[in-house]
Amino acid sequence: MTPEEIHARLLERCGDGVVTGLIQSDESDAKNPIIYDPAQTMIDAASITDVATYCRDDDALRFDSLMCLSAVDRDEHLSVVYNLHSMTHKHVVCLRVDVPRSAAVVPSVERVWKTADWHEREAHDLMGIAFAGHRDLRPLILPEGWEGYPLRKDYVAQEFYRGMKVPY
Amino acid sequence: MRIIADQFDKNAVVTTVDSLVNWARKSSLWPMTFGLACCAIEFMATAASHNDLDRFGAGVPRATPRQSDLLIVSGTVTMKMALRVKRLYEQMPEPKYVMSMGSCATSGGPYWMHGYSVLKGVDRIIPVDVYIPGCPPRPEAVLEGLLKLQDKIMSSTIARKA
Repeated sequence: MTPEEIHARLLERCGDGVVTGLIQSDESDAKNPIIYDPAQTMIDAASITDVATYCRDDDALRFDSLMCLSAVDRDEHLSVVYNLHSMTHKHVVCLRVDVPRSAAVVPSVERVWKTADWHEREAHDLMGIAFAGHRDLRPLILPEGWEGYPLRKDYVAQEFYRGMKVPY
Repeated sequence: MRIIADQFDKNAVVTTVDSLVNWARKSSLWPMTFGLACCAIEFMATAASHNDLDRFGAGVPRATPRQSDLLIVSGTVTMKMALRVKRLYEQMPEPKYVMSMGSCATSGGPYWMHGYSVLKGVDRIIPVDVYIPGCPPRPEAVLEGLLKLQDKIMSSTIARKA
């Protein structure tokens, strides 16, 4: 199935309050061209868990593998991008969820795909997006007591960490 | 002095305590296995047979700081690892020497500008005796650094703490 067909199927099942749009690669902003995803299906943030469960369980879609969960900082808002892959049908789709910077909360898909556990821990650690319903949102990469979210565009490193000077 | 001169066979040596102790210390510098990143590969190459580290006495890397007297910091030191580096350095018994191998351990290396979690030089936490530049330094450069450290040891004295 092509990304457009998958988008149509999701739209038919979930309605257009949930599946809010399809972004083709030539429509995206010139600063961040989408190289590997020909199209991104926009999903409303509050219902991503239901959409994820449907993607995994539906017979025609059967997206049993979450290839990657990435957090992106587009300057007006943050977004979480899910790259799904199906081992039975061998098709891929890219789902995207946009959240505002001030209220960056996304429901967790950890119960849908086990691998999302660490992906969401990393996204929370480095970008500061909270995943509601995640059972164990500890930091994955940064040392204990690190302040700030390093991968945000407005991040400034702290002066000292445990007595050691951080900048050059 | 006629008492000593030409009275012994050729296997008698006269020296100072300083020279003897320094010669013993420099000829048996046991490094600690401390490969943090890519410089570790070059250190392994230095310790291998082509560029032999064992001919300088430094060919027995110890896995524990308690038995080693040379800490070769080879690789990038992150903030997370820096706390452990300090602890391991404090666990080494005197006399101990530190060699900072590669540009990451000297001054943060290629991560000096944007690496928020990289310690810009291991000398921010422990005192370093010899710096070896390079990314990574060739085995010959590591050997030169070791020889420089040996010169430094030979020129020190046990009468006063350095």
